[in-house]
Parts: sequence; structure tokens; C-alpha cells
Amino acid sequence: MSQSPLFRTPLYDVHLKLGAKMVPFGGWEMPLQYPEGILKEHDANRKGCSVFDCSHMGEFLIEGDAQASGLDGIVTQSIAAQPVGTCRYGMALNPQGGTIDDLIVYRLAPEKWMVVVNASNIGKDAAHFRAHLTSRSKFTDISAATAKIDVQGPLARDVMKAIVPGVERLEHYTFGVFPVLGEDVIVSRTGYTGELGYEIYYPWDKAERIWSAIIADRRVRPTGLGVRDVLRIEVSYPLYGHELSEDISPVEAGLKRFVDLNKEFIGKASLAKSSGEGSGRRIVHFISQNRRAPRQGHRIFSLDGAPVGDVVSGTFSPALGVGIGIGFIKKEFTDSPKEIIFGDEKLKLAAQVVARPFYKDGTLKA
Amino acid sequence: MEIVQHYLYTKEHEWISIEDGVGIVGITEYAQSALGDITFVELPKVDAEVEQFEQFTALESVKSASDIFSPMSGRITEVNEELSEDPGLINRSCYDKGWIAKIEVSDMDEASNLMTGAEYESYLESLGRGGDPDSDE
Repeated sequence: MSQSPLFRTPLYDVHLKLGAKMVPFGGWEMPLQYPEGILKEHDANRKGCSVFDCSHMGEFLIEGDAQASGLDGIVTQSIAAQPVGTCRYGMALNPQGGTIDDLIVYRLAPEKWMVVVNASNIGKDAAHFRAHLTSRSKFTDISAATAKIDVQGPLARDVMKAIVPGVERLEHYTFGVFPVLGEDVIVSRTGYTGELGYEIYYPWDKAERIWSAIIADRRVRPTGLGVRDVLRIEVSYPLYGHELSEDISPVEAGLKRFVDLNKEFIGKASLAKSSGEGSGRRIVHFISQNRRAPRQGHRIFSLDGAPVGDVVSGTFSPALGVGIGIGFIKKEFTDSPKEIIFGDEKLKLAAQVVARPFYKDGTLKA
Repeated sequence: MEIVQHYLYTKEHEWISIEDGVGIVGITEYAQSALGDITFVELPKVDAEVEQFEQFTALESVKSASDIFSPMSGRITEVNEELSEDPGLINRSCYDKGWIAKIEVSDMDEASNLMTGAEYESYLESLGRGGDPDSDE
């Protein structure tokens, strides 16, 4: 079977030199893990400082008034009252209320925005934005020119302030433009691991320079997409294609707080209909009784053995020392279950339903 | 890739070392490296009868689960209890301290269905030429 060629980030050769195991992800050839392995990388993130190459992700620039440009009508989060210098997480929905993508909106100026989207959805998102932005807007896809490097972990501030003076002032979910090794770039206090962290948007062709400066700090470890997925599951962040999809609304995914029903946006009508009691599925978080982990593709059963849903994300959690999983259960299964069974034809294991997030000791807001 | 020349190997990357009719079974360097950090080992039951090339246990790493197949038929006489508490032993010492089970081999002729160290080495090279079997998801 022929495969279309995979895209590479500007740090591809750097990853190979570090001994990374490269895998396809969303059309990109990305580091899954480095030679130390996922458990050590997990430790680096939760106890020290880790650095991820996220240059595969997409960035759009939109110029225009929040409403007149059409941007406010595309995203679920409230952006009209969003202060300049802040970030807001939300989604773009299809007319049925399903999720086209989850994204972060940065307000760069009163009439200038950056939208950060998932790598695998860049093409689809760009088409959707172009179709629904008005003539009173200017849309630019800057993904191919923009590298993104995430510095994450309890020591991230100490590491970053040596390279980016002033960055220590940034509050959670805000950003600034800072001179970083001779380039004026956006640095935000955001991330995907539940730890204190920063994302640096850097010119594509100069990405190696900033990566090298970060990695030169001996407290920093390179970390791959393998541990990134483990970390985000531990703090119950959604991953597009798992907890969110064209077929799953943010309400079903338990992300209602990122949907502002006091404004108009594409998909709102369907969402209002399907939210709350009428929702087709309910997201459920559960922990295994031992180190054995639920996996995507496993089914969820009630204690009497009836199939009631599916696992969408699962992993061994190094922080908890047990398997953890996220799934959707059918609405017919209405009583909030305390216990479920997960598994497949061969394997059936008991699990306890828990409140999100699984891991509560992150330094996110430190 | 480290290989112990006097062990025998399966295509699924298990090894067996046979002495006085008892085989010690584990997974190879190639397998542990492909799996990454192992986080769970399902220990087979002592006294269970296993068939050659049939699944007899399972391993999990952080991001995946893998079936383990018995290199030969026989009765399980002992399992490596240390793996319950320390599954990473397989990563650190796959050919020695990270052994999984001991099998009282019932049919020594089955050894002819396995690869010698040299044959396994060539097999790994052929996999390398044909692409890494673990990277096609």
C-alpha cells in the first residue's frame, strides 16, 4: 500500500540525532519517545522540565473586528470581550454541533487574532475559516512558517526566564511578545500537560536555535508525543479524534464551560437541543484496579456484562501507578455508575469511575 | 541488537534457553526495545499446559499491549514473580533477570521449529530491510 509522504518539522534531524523513535502522527513524522523512555520523560515533565517539538500544529492569523470578521461566529468561546494579551480555549463546530476542531484563540491586538489548531485538521480548519469569515477580515495560514516549542514542568519558569527575560511575569493563559535570541516572538503561558509551562512560536527556519538554547539547560529533557498523550490523559485534556470529533459535541465531551451560549456561533442551535439531559452520550473517566490499562478500542460494560460504551483513550498512568481510561457511555445507562468493566473479547477488568482529572497535583497555576 | 547465540528464537521475538528438559522463556532485546517501558506483566499460571506458538501470557507497555507466545509446548513450572512488582526488569535485563516463565518441555523435536541465534539475527536483518513491523500503525 502506498503512503503519502509525511511532513517533517524543522527539528526532524535534531530528533534523529537525539535517538528519537519517529512515528507518523496526523500526517507528520514525529518523535514518539527518546532513548530514556516514556517513564523517565514523564518524570522530567512532572518533576523537572520537559521540551516538546509541536511545530506540526497549525496557526492562523485573522485580522478584523471580532464580530464583523465572522470569527466570533466560528468559535464557541467568547472572544469579543477577551482582553488583548490573553488566550482562550474553545472549539469550532459543524452545524450539527459536532466538533470540527478544538483550538486556542490569542487576541494579539483589538482587531488581530491568532488561532492555534491541531496538525491533522489544518486543511479542514483553514477551509472552514475561509468559508465563514466575512469580506471584512483577512485570513493568513502561517502554519508552514511557524514552529512551536513547548517548555513544560515545575521548573519551566526558571528555565525560560534565563532565555526569555520577563517571561516570568506571564500569568496562566496569557501571552506576550518577547525578544527571544534576536527574534520578537509570541510566548504564551499555556500547555497540554497540566504543569506550569510555556509555548514559544518561533520562525520555522530558526527553530533549531531556540530548541538548542533550551536543551542546553541541563535540567531540561526532550519529550515525545508518547508521554504527551499520557500526560494529557492524566489531566483529562481532550485529544481531537478521541474525546472530540465531527460526531462528538463539546457538551457530550464534558467541555460545556468552553461554550458560550450567550452568543451566536455555528452549531449552537443543535448544541442547545442536545445539551444536558438530551445528550446522546456521557463521558466517563475510570481507573483500573491494577497496572493493566484500558486501551482505545476496548468496550465498556456494566457490572452485569451489558455493553454500554467504548473507551476512547487509555494508558498506564505513571503518576497514579494504575491504568486510567476515558470513554463514552450510552445515555440509556443513566444512573451514574460507580463501577464499570472494560476490555475486549479476551480481557475483562473492573474499574472505578472517578471525577476528572485523574492527576490533581499539577503545577499549572503555580 | 543484542542476541544470545545459544538461545532459540521465535518469529514473535520470544527466546527459550533449554537445559535438562526445562526451558526458560523471555522476550528479546528487539521486542523490549520496540515495546518501550513495560508497565505490566500477566504471569502465566504454574502447572498450566501450553502449546508451541500459542499465546500464554501478555505484556503491557505505557502505550500498548502485546500477546506473548510460548516457544515450545509443555507445563509451566515456575514464573518470575519479581515482574509483578518490577515489570521494567524486562527492559533492563531481557535475556537474564527479566525471564518470564520456566517450561518443562514436552517435545524436544519442536526445537527444530525455532531459529538459532544466527538465524534470528538474519531474520532481524530481513525485517530491517522490509520495514520495522512495529511502525506500521
